[in-house]
Amino acid sequence: MSSAAPLIRARGLTKRFGAFTAVDGIDFDVAKGEAFGFLGPNGAGKTSTMRMIGCTSPISDGQLEILGLDPVRDGPRIRSRLGVVPQEGNLDNELTVRENLIIYGRYFGLPRDECARRADELLEFVQLADRGKDLVEPLSGGMKRRLTIARSLINEPDLILLDEPTTGLDPQARHLLWDRLYRLKQRGVTLVLTTHYMDEAEQLCDRLVVMDKARIVAAGSPQQLIDRYSSREVAEFRFAPGIQETLDGQLAGLAERIERLPDRVLLYADDGEAVVIAARDKGIHPETVLVRRSTLEDVFLRLTGRSLID
Amino acid sequence: MAAITRPAPQPAAARWPAMARVVEHRALQYRRTFRASIFGSFVQPVLFLAAMGIGLGSYVDRAGGGLLGDLSYLQFLAPGLLAAAVMQTGSFEAMFPILGGLQWNRTFHAMYATPIRPRDIALGNFAWITIRLLMVGTSFAVVIAAFGAVRQPAALLLAVPVAVLTGLAFAIPIAAFSATQRRPDGFSTIFRFGLTPLFLFSGTFFPITNLPELIRPIAWLSPLWHGVDLSRAILLGTVADAPLLAIAHLAVLGALIVIGALVAFRTVAARLERG
Repeated sequence: MSSAAPLIRARGLTKRFGAFTAVDGIDFDVAKGEAFGFLGPNGAGKTSTMRMIGCTSPISDGQLEILGLDPVRDGPRIRSRLGVVPQEGNLDNELTVRENLIIYGRYFGLPRDECARRADELLEFVQLADRGKDLVEPLSGGMKRRLTIARSLINEPDLILLDEPTTGLDPQARHLLWDRLYRLKQRGVTLVLTTHYMDEAEQLCDRLVVMDKARIVAAGSPQQLIDRYSSREVAEFRFAPGIQETLDGQLAGLAERIERLPDRVLLYADDGEAVVIAARDKGIHPETVLVRRSTLEDVFLRLTGRSLID
Repeated sequence: MAAITRPAPQPAAARWPAMARVVEHRALQYRRTFRASIFGSFVQPVLFLAAMGIGLGSYVDRAGGGLLGDLSYLQFLAPGLLAAAVMQTGSFEAMFPILGGLQWNRTFHAMYATPIRPRDIALGNFAWITIRLLMVGTSFAVVIAAFGAVRQPAALLLAVPVAVLTGLAFAIPIAAFSATQRRPDGFSTIFRFGLTPLFLFSGTFFPITNLPELIRPIAWLSPLWHGVDLSRAILLGTVADAPLLAIAHLAVLGALIVIGALVAFRTVAARLERG
């Protein structure tokens, strides 16, 4: 494998379950050392894609190459070099925190003392060193997720797959987790993650693809996507109930593009303040006004007409 | 953390180690319940042999008037109970722990994300069940010997492996079924309509020749009967009287194990791949 070859290469990658197509012919490459994201709402096909990359779900059609190997022929060999953080927790509740790490290292064929050494080091890394002897069950959701991340690192993987790493966590736990993932990224570890949080994608991903209904609808760095599919700024107007519907004609022309959501109106323009002033001049008085920069949420709205989290 | 330039490590070398790691995991889990489990595996045979063998047995022996020849009811019963007890443990071990690994704790999915293959997971569990059955069978044999319920205690060395085979003939097909389940509802059906009737009508407590002629062939279909009959022949020293029958018993138990394993490889793999 030459150094320029991607770690993952997918062409026309497809996953079907009976008549249902979960992933519909997607193409992407993941390069060594990058943090690559799949952004999309629930049911977009992200988890199915991750499971195919993880070599635990056979592909239905297309091509997939991971670490230069073929998942069908070399599944166990590829898996020996992956670290997987699944969406659905599968820590062993009957074992202690430390035992969970050690036995997982044993699955990779590591000697027992090496497993113990790495377990202690990793517990330190995910800030669970004082919980090693506790059973898994009383841990909080954030701690369990951190333990799962530690577990995924026990074999010193070339590639880490994280499926919705912070879904269901409170903001503090999310930030702690992001910090650890960011450190891994700094060390040159290749990360592939799925998320339906645009802030997560913006924080962690060098490059991402936006998925919707089993397909990739856009690809690029977070900034590229925003530049391409949204304006620099957004003015958000919220109105008292019933007012929004009466304003249709008056809002037109205030911005490059207008999105009407059930609870607010989004006006896309390079200068958000100017939109606010123009609206006031026209006698439009929203209950609240917010001017902010465009995010991936706006990109997704533009591409699909829906928001990421329903 | 990751040594990115490191060459690819060998795939988990031979298959034996991969399967041994699955056993290691089960053993690690077992450590927590070890004491209670060992205690139970002695208590259960003591209770059964005391109540059925001695309690009921003294009644049968007095009333039977030599129906069993010079054999006491306790001696008749012990090999049957040995096989039946191992069957029960085997069935149980093939239900909840398998469903748990695939559905509740999802520990088998965690293993599948490593070089371990679905087949290793199935084989490792069968190996672990074999170990458990050897433990249960051996403690049962010790109790049988302590009760003096066998003429030649050395014969227990052969009866225990036969009981373990009987247990596996149930456990492995049941494990194949468990891998298709998402809830434990089917298990109580297996116990109620499968294991309990077999326990009662497979020659454990009375010879199947006592069954009405019409029902008797059903007993022949019962894997437990094959195990009970063979254990009894071994403990009573009558294998040489009908060697072909002994071979037939082994063949039936062996066939259930092999076919069960082939089906289990498929159902476990299908379940793990589905996620």
